[in-house]
Amino acid sequence: MRKFKENVCLSVLSACLLAGILTGCGKGADTSSGDNTTVELLNVSYDPTREFYAAYNELFHEYWKEKTGQDVTVTQSHGGSGSQARSVIEGNEADVVTLALAHDITAIEEAGMIQSGWAEEFDKDSSPYTSTIVFLVRKGNEKNIQDWNDLIRDDVAVITPNPKTSGAACWGFLAAWAYQQEQDGQDSAATQEFMKKLYQNVLVLDSGARGSTNTFVENGQGDVLIAWENEAYLSMQEYPDQYEIITPSISILAQPSVAVVDENAESHGTPEAASAYLEYLYSEEAQRLAAENYYRPSNEDILREFSDQFDLDMNLVTIEDFGGWNEAYKTFFEDGAIFDQIYGE
Amino acid sequence: MEQQIVKIKNKKGVRVIPGFGFSMGITLFMLSVLVLIPLASILISTAQLDLKDFIDIVTSRQIVSGYVVSLSCSFIAALVNAVFGLMLAWVIVRYDFPGRRLMDGLIELPFALPTAVAGISLTYLYSDQGWIGSIFAKAGIKIAYTRIGITIAMIFVGIPFVVRSLQPVLEKLDRQYEEAALMLGAGRTRTFFRVILPELFPALLAGFGLAFARGIGEYGSVVFIAGNIPYKTQIAPLLIMTKLEQYKYADATACALVLLLISFLLMLVINSVQLHMQKFSKC
Repeated sequence: MRKFKENVCLSVLSACLLAGILTGCGKGADTSSGDNTTVELLNVSYDPTREFYAAYNELFHEYWKEKTGQDVTVTQSHGGSGSQARSVIEGNEADVVTLALAHDITAIEEAGMIQSGWAEEFDKDSSPYTSTIVFLVRKGNEKNIQDWNDLIRDDVAVITPNPKTSGAACWGFLAAWAYQQEQDGQDSAATQEFMKKLYQNVLVLDSGARGSTNTFVENGQGDVLIAWENEAYLSMQEYPDQYEIITPSISILAQPSVAVVDENAESHGTPEAASAYLEYLYSEEAQRLAAENYYRPSNEDILREFSDQFDLDMNLVTIEDFGGWNEAYKTFFEDGAIFDQIYGE
Repeated sequence: MEQQIVKIKNKKGVRVIPGFGFSMGITLFMLSVLVLIPLASILISTAQLDLKDFIDIVTSRQIVSGYVVSLSCSFIAALVNAVFGLMLAWVIVRYDFPGRRLMDGLIELPFALPTAVAGISLTYLYSDQGWIGSIFAKAGIKIAYTRIGITIAMIFVGIPFVVRSLQPVLEKLDRQYEEAALMLGAGRTRTFFRVILPELFPALLAGFGLAFARGIGEYGSVVFIAGNIPYKTQIAPLLIMTKLEQYKYADATACALVLLLISFLLMLVINSVQLHMQKFSKC
């Protein structure tokens, strides 16, 4: 019996010890602050911004060095906009978030990590660059795809991600909806029928924009990809002479939003750097850099400089036409809302 | 086995390998941190829902169709694995040929390879533009982005379970049984079904069960090849991910709980069949 007790004691002791060691390891990683010459930022972003922020980080590094003498290292993280927001809520220590949808930043705000009113913190509703939704088709455009109504033809196969997980897909969905509302004279039932046909033509519903691009480009699926404008240009750049961009008559002004994650930035002691990082996105250099990476600069003068690159005559609706993101999300993408109904019967 | 363990004591009655208490402590700690606590958190998180909501969520059409896709595809995949895994294990254990050890190592590759890599390369091969997929496409069969594609990905991740469960049993299986059966006049087929298979069956069943369970939960390799069209090729784990991305934690864990119960039941059934067979064979 004594033996047994001894064993139990040892068991408990060793379990506690191991627990102690493991939690100790966790704490060890946190002791890197208090140095004034370097500052580290984590930028949690969405899928297609990889290339842009890689270039921007260098630009910002120079600017910040000159201004404060500090070396700033920015670490980037990319993924579907929704899952990136979730990772921040669950403890990914982002100092700034630069996501595809205001809705995703609102989710972080609701978790109490970003102060309300973040949308007014920076210019243009905290959207330093915008983008839109275009079609990417294979060279020659054999199926003659020109506008949204071509996507519901029986001989056309469409690739787009799932709006429940992808920001690009939400924007694309809304753009198609806006187009058909115009055609139907705002008859929602008829528009829903149109959307149903469109999604019946969808061959593969990936969970993120990059996934869809890979399906379309690498695996050769489908005739048309409903894509971010910048993502479409990137594919064109990577595979010259294999693809064409078609701009539909109506599309949507996609406003990716940026915000400082106040809670994390304060605990890291980086609120100034984080704020400056986002503020500097509005500088002329950064705006030009955005345009070179195929994002539409929010600075209209610079946008006009790139008028041969971007189709500035596109008719762009905005999210305000849908009553703002929260309203739009409730109407279209919540469980049981219009998107689910389209696939329902 | 139990008798063996008790006998590892020296004259003083102390076990040779030190510290039952210490190692048991570590075992308990690891088990609870890695298995019990995460599973319990699923239960707790699901408990936020009342019963009616829970039932509504897990019986919604989309979720049920996800379960059907995951279960049916992984069942077929496990069956295929059982047949081909048996052959593979047989060849590796019973024959000696150059490259046997390499082949033995290759079987484990699906364990080691990141599932996403497997998914991407399988999709690339089996899409109607890919090497293998284009051959089938000519015959009018689509593999990638259909349930066939899902099944193939599940076969890929499940095959090592069957082979690795069978190998040790096959190695121990005395060839004299077969020789005796043949000498007593049983044909090849009869020898296989009446002498060899009954010996292998418990291990085969275990391998089948593991492959099946792995297939049900498989996410990484399947999402790429699945197409993910609601009601057609959406697997249950993808629906759980989708719920999470919509910040619906309780819904996601409710779906996960059902998946967990299915896997648990599966293991329970398989283990009890094995137990039953062991008793039966000892009589």
